[in-house]
Amino acid sequence: MADTATEAAVDPANWTCPAPLRDQPVVVMGHGGGGALSAELIEQVFAPAYGNPTLAALTDSAVFDLGGARLAFSTDSYVVRPLFFPGGSLGDLAVNGTVNDLAMSGARPAYLSTAFVLEEGVELDVVGRIARAMGAAAEAAGVTIATGDTKVVESGHGDGVYVTTAGVGLVPDGVDIRPQRARPGDAVLVSGPIGLHGVAVMSVREGLEFGIEIASDTAPLAGLVAAMLTVTKDIHVLRDPTRGGLGASLNEIARASGTGVRLRERAIPVPDEVANACGFLGLDPLYVANEGRLVAFVPPRHAEAVLAAMRDHPQGGGAAIIGECVEDHPGMVVVATGLGGTRVVDLPLGEQLPRIC
Amino acid sequence: MKYIDEFNDPDLARRLLDEIRATVTRPWALMEVCGGQTHSIIRHGIDQLLPDEVELIHGPGCPVCVTPLDVIDKALEIAARREVIFCSFGDMLRVPGTDRDLFRVKGEGGDVRVVYSPLDALALARKNPDRQVVFFAIGFETTAPANAMAVHQARRLGLGNFSLLVSHVRVPPAIEAIMTAPQCRVQAFLAAGHVCSVMGMAEYPELADRHRVPVVVTGFEPLDILEGIRRAVHQLERGEHRVENAYPRAVREQGNPAALSMLEEVFEVTDRNWRGIGPIPASGWRLSEAYRAYDAEHRFDVTGIRTEEPAVCRAGEVLQGLIKPTECEAFGTACTPRTPLGATMVSNEGACAAYYLYRRMTDGPAQRGSRIPREELNTVG
Repeated sequence: MADTATEAAVDPANWTCPAPLRDQPVVVMGHGGGGALSAELIEQVFAPAYGNPTLAALTDSAVFDLGGARLAFSTDSYVVRPLFFPGGSLGDLAVNGTVNDLAMSGARPAYLSTAFVLEEGVELDVVGRIARAMGAAAEAAGVTIATGDTKVVESGHGDGVYVTTAGVGLVPDGVDIRPQRARPGDAVLVSGPIGLHGVAVMSVREGLEFGIEIASDTAPLAGLVAAMLTVTKDIHVLRDPTRGGLGASLNEIARASGTGVRLRERAIPVPDEVANACGFLGLDPLYVANEGRLVAFVPPRHAEAVLAAMRDHPQGGGAAIIGECVEDHPGMVVVATGLGGTRVVDLPLGEQLPRIC
Repeated sequence: MKYIDEFNDPDLARRLLDEIRATVTRPWALMEVCGGQTHSIIRHGIDQLLPDEVELIHGPGCPVCVTPLDVIDKALEIAARREVIFCSFGDMLRVPGTDRDLFRVKGEGGDVRVVYSPLDALALARKNPDRQVVFFAIGFETTAPANAMAVHQARRLGLGNFSLLVSHVRVPPAIEAIMTAPQCRVQAFLAAGHVCSVMGMAEYPELADRHRVPVVVTGFEPLDILEGIRRAVHQLERGEHRVENAYPRAVREQGNPAALSMLEEVFEVTDRNWRGIGPIPASGWRLSEAYRAYDAEHRFDVTGIRTEEPAVCRAGEVLQGLIKPTECEAFGTACTPRTPLGATMVSNEGACAAYYLYRRMTDGPAQRGSRIPREELNTVG
């Protein structure tokens, strides 16, 4: 055991860390968790390898001019287990996820590509169900799956089915939505109850039953964004808080814009079933994944009108103003607790871990 | 299914705070024993709302934080073996051993799995008769009965491929060690409600008498904690030192008899080393002779472990309530959840992690200032 009485003699220059996570020589699950480890992987490995100004914006979809049109372009891979869960499936996620990444630039999604990696031995019926779910989701989102690819890996070299989708969409004139545009004074809105997708998947993946079926919120959000843009084109930031949840998304926006975010805990719509499941597992709903929600930063003069437009849309019925952008504590997210205290909402390290008791 | 909001009601909280303010006439130092309580206090900002006279000192009750380094190193060595499926609660995966953690072992090919119950590990053992399934049995009196049940079932089923790596600890000896430390400032305890839901309250009257400290059995939601503080302050102001149950919806005087009998059958009391604190006599459990065959330390040869703690880390003093996390020079600089120097920064229930996650904006290095001269600090053990 360390002798805590002798530490004064220790030279800080020689401090060592018993868990040098930043020097992990191998990929760990947290690298895909949407938190600090994911960000480091991008910043330290991918960004230096591809470096260019378009990529440097690190938005959910890249926006660029091509042949006189402003295009948004995005890609994502989907590796969810189980493949089918209450409220959706891998197929729904693969379409809605990319549609939403495009929509978060204000784009109208138009075409998707899809690539399947199938593990030898997977039933064709399973592949068919996923494909049909993708077809239905694409129709609902108003996009066309225009091209695709299929690869098969040997048994034991995959996890059933992986799907990658990429998509392009058109960004309307006058729309400039990106995390760097958050300004002090902006109202922070969320489109509905948070945490449903993460808890729904956890409940079936881990065999946990919470006494009530919780369905994923997976849904396309392009229609909702279009409805918001009819109120004003001056929406500053949109983000769909998927992996890492609302907490990670707000931290990314705060850091990208150099502003602070102040939330009111009691205004954040957390369904009882999510709060209870998270309480049981020791998780924070702010970090639980969503697949059909967005967070928006809107100038205060437009906030109420945008909120009303969201509430009039089927995907925004539970919308709420949950806080505002502030000059204090730049780059940080702080929440006023229900009891009147405050706490910091940090970027999660990796995946949330259920606690012991 | 709605049972959390009731214990998080701002109006009731305000009333309890008003009553605490009206009762308190001088400074008092209360220790919440359990890391879950610490987490709740900091997460809801309860410490910010209390009158200045009431100081909360964070206790050693984070099972992840106090699991000794040599046990973690043993876990890492066992988990890396090809024949082993190593099962653990999630929050142990990121705890640093001497040179790696369970995540790293998993990333390097070890079969490390997060389970939600030791019975899940038992099910894995039944499904994988050709593999050795090891469950990392850590925790206080709260988790011990379920772990005892798992090993009891394994014997009943004749499973030869299931074992526990045991590092269970007991709360009352830790309270005793804290109270007998020369620099102890604790004047009342908020006892851990879930521990008492298993063990009952019989262990506390003697402690309360001998050290003349109020012990209030307290739950984990904000109103539970405020009620525990209210009762403790009330006793302190009146010069009383009784054991009170402020968590009657979960805790009965006699505890949980079925859980207690399972503990008695499977485990026996032993001395334990607490990470950051040191050895505390009779402060742990190990598998009893009849169940020794299910002890992973016996099944796998993991002797000769050499451990090394970072000398700068003051987690031990934090665990004993001698300093606040922000009084450690490494807090928030060399030591963060990203680069933890000690276990109190790793676990969600660790006091340092709670302060870093929720409070570093207001309690940063500028707010440091040790109340206790450093040369007077020693370890308890």
